[in-house]
Amino acid sequence: MEVEREDAYWERYSRNILLPEIGVDGQLKISRARVLIIGAGGLGSPAAYYLAAAGVGVLGLADADDVDLSNLQRQILHATADVGSAKVLSAAAKIRAINPDVEVVAYRQYLDAATIGPIVADYDFVIEGVDNFPSKFLINDACVLAGVPFSQGGILQFVGMTMTVKPGDTACYRCVMGEPPTGTVPTCSSAGVFGAIAGMLGSIQAAEALKYITGAGRPLYDSLLCFDAKAMDFMKSPVQRNPRCRVCGEQPDITALAGDNTRSCVPGGDRACRRAAGANRSAQD
Amino acid sequence: MATRQLDITRYNCPITFVKVKVQLYELKKGDVLEVLLTGGEPLENVPAAVTRDGHVVLGTQHVAGNTYCLRIRK
Repeated sequence: MEVEREDAYWERYSRNILLPEIGVDGQLKISRARVLIIGAGGLGSPAAYYLAAAGVGVLGLADADDVDLSNLQRQILHATADVGSAKVLSAAAKIRAINPDVEVVAYRQYLDAATIGPIVADYDFVIEGVDNFPSKFLINDACVLAGVPFSQGGILQFVGMTMTVKPGDTACYRCVMGEPPTGTVPTCSSAGVFGAIAGMLGSIQAAEALKYITGAGRPLYDSLLCFDAKAMDFMKSPVQRNPRCRVCGEQPDITALAGDNTRSCVPGGDRACRRAAGANRSAQD
Repeated sequence: MATRQLDITRYNCPITFVKVKVQLYELKKGDVLEVLLTGGEPLENVPAAVTRDGHVVLGTQHVAGNTYCLRIRK
């Protein structure tokens, strides 16, 4: 039993340990956990802060971009002096400053069909915080094929949406969304995003990761949580596995990661969210 | 059945209770933990907190000065 920790360990995590749902056992699970955050941007920033603060053992961060001045309105891992630096390096410095217990693994690269599989498989949980639909579908497929649970998240304008997926047991992103949308899809850079909702949604994703790791509560399985910050309406809609899902259905045709994971062939996708939130299509960042 | 001692007289709440939780986590069901703690907040809060966690408070004894011994069965 690895209970021989220094007083500083118990003091740092005392507010976790005091929760009956987490306790000593839950904190030790957090310290042993490996979480991969894909996208060190609007969603990855708050998620990384809270997971690091909670003492997650290994935090992987994947992002190929450099920090841009227009990121700073919502991507709170990065500061003015970081503009032009690699996001993963800027992020790693902040995480180490918060909690030197956390081992940071930085992937300064786009995870594509050729590279994502083994990386995802090396983690207990994945947080998806990317800003485009092809990547969202790729991450979904990679996590489903590797059997790694993940939190999917997206924000656009004033709207956020998120679901948590346990592959093989609960609805995946593709079950709910179908195929990547075709044509012009609004993104943060073209449609704008209300910065504080990145904090709301990324924090929810961190909470989902910690709930999964510790077993506290019930993650957003078979549920799509949407909110509209204008009215501050929160709506949780039930979703279910699609037997015809191309990656987790009864006869999947996506059985390996390849270029066509992200092929766009059917328009639409976020109908469930639009229905629930009365919102516009959400691409995210 | 093992008995273990823990001195938390130099800690303040809520680290007092965290230290007790860690020790109880290590013990087996039925084992006894004897906790040295100070009067006031620790003496009021720790027994209530361990009871809430499902352990049994066997009793409290005055040791000396402002120090007490709380006996808990896991």
